[in-house]
Amino acid sequence: MSEKIQKPRVATAWLGGCSGCHMSFLDLDERLIELHDKIELVYSPIADIKEFPRNVDVTLVEGAVSNDENEEMAHLVRKNSRFVIAFGDCATTGNVTAMRNRFTPEELMRRTYTELAEEKFAIPSDSIIAKMLPKAIALHHLIRVDAFLHGCPPTPDEIWFAISELLEGRIPKLATAYLRYG
Amino acid sequence: MAVKTFTIDGQQFSAQEGETILQVAREHNIPIPTLCFLEGLSEVGACRLCLIQVEGNNKLLPACTTKVEEGMVVHTNTEKLKKYRRMTIALLASEGNHVCAVCVVNNHCELQNLAYEVGLVRVRYPYLFPKKELDATHKRFVIDHNRCVLCTRCVRVCDEVEGAHVWDVAGRGIDCKIVTGLDEPWGDAETCTSCGKCVLVCPTGTLFEKGVTVAEMEKQQDFLKFLVNARKKREWVYEE
Ligand code: SF4
Ligand code: SF4
Ligand code: SF4
Ligand code: FES
Repeated sequence: MSEKIQKPRVATAWLGGCSGCHMSFLDLDERLIELHDKIELVYSPIADIKEFPRNVDVTLVEGAVSNDENEEMAHLVRKNSRFVIAFGDCATTGNVTAMRNRFTPEELMRRTYTELAEEKFAIPSDSIIAKMLPKAIALHHLIRVDAFLHGCPPTPDEIWFAISELLEGRIPKLATAYLRYG
Repeated sequence: MAVKTFTIDGQQFSAQEGETILQVAREHNIPIPTLCFLEGLSEVGACRLCLIQVEGNNKLLPACTTKVEEGMVVHTNTEKLKKYRRMTIALLASEGNHVCAVCVVNNHCELQNLAYEVGLVRVRYPYLFPKKELDATHKRFVIDHNRCVLCTRCVRVCDEVEGAHVWDVAGRGIDCKIVTGLDEPWGDAETCTSCGKCVLVCPTGTLFEKGVTVAEMEKQQDFLKFLVNARKKREWVYEE
């Protein structure tokens, strides 16, 4: 019967980040089982769901906005989610992802695929490949963000705190309890 | 010397003429955030983080350079001041390239601690991502301009305490930077004695020792009080 009760619909999205924040999420370990009972995971790189759904209660977004796909995804996340959390330092400040900003995308592609590569590759140009934006930017510089979960990556305890508070219907006081960079 | 009586945050204090608001506040554990100020160096009032409000004065004044006056009514922690301090730190963050996760002073950084103190949850301003250089020509030390907040502590310690005056400030606006010698590579600056004082007083990961990696550099600054005491008061004691 309990299946009939609508559980909070939670999603996670992965933009320009190293996936470390998601690894930290997986490090919730046995708490994942508890979480599974309490929420419905409706979209995530760790679940095989193709489309970002409508009507999501909470979305955690890892990574900076670095290419056109990230940009599109960020807008979709905002449109379809009630509460958006910038998940980790790359989403919050640009962090490591934004270190490439001193170079142009063309310089970066040339250096990566030809100058530094052991084998000389052609610079990929297929239209299905995401296009780098001139600069990687923090999530809140593109869309409205409701809360910031800091850290590179946030620890499982910090993630657990944020999610548990939201499940209890409270806005997590991340600014006072867990403000940190790096 | 005359004694002045005044109030800070509603409490009455008295102090010698010539003392600063910051000195009095520190003596009585009233927290005022500071960045360019460092005990033992001259005060320059450059970072504007220690701003205070004085009744009857429309301007916000830096506590580190404002002297106590008779009857002064000082506020150190109003909403307006909190807002300005957060703005100051946010601007510093947006004008440099701060990537704490890969910084040598991660978790031991004065700028990071200030960001926590003022509650900087995110930076509203667009990050400027300026193109800044790194100079590793010195045999022992490195300067990474990406992290520099232009507090000039290095300039002052080298001039006032070491007596070498290797550092200066050059340029203006976003191009403003500190330079060694006549804007030459640090390794070529012949006046540098390699004493390392600038590295230790630097509040950020800008100046660091070669060989340290992420989060490994911790700066010990108590040497400064010791030296200044020894010179001015002829007291050779290490204060706790
Ligand atoms: S200097 Fe401080 S604030 Fe800047 S990147 Fe390093 S740890 Fe972060
Ligand atoms: S190492 Fe010493 S002498 Fe050299 S620049 Fe720094 S403070 Fe000056
Ligand atoms: S190098 Fe360090 S001490 Fe010198 S001005 Fe920059 S932040 Fe301040
Ligand atoms: S500490 Fe007073 S202006 Fe910098």
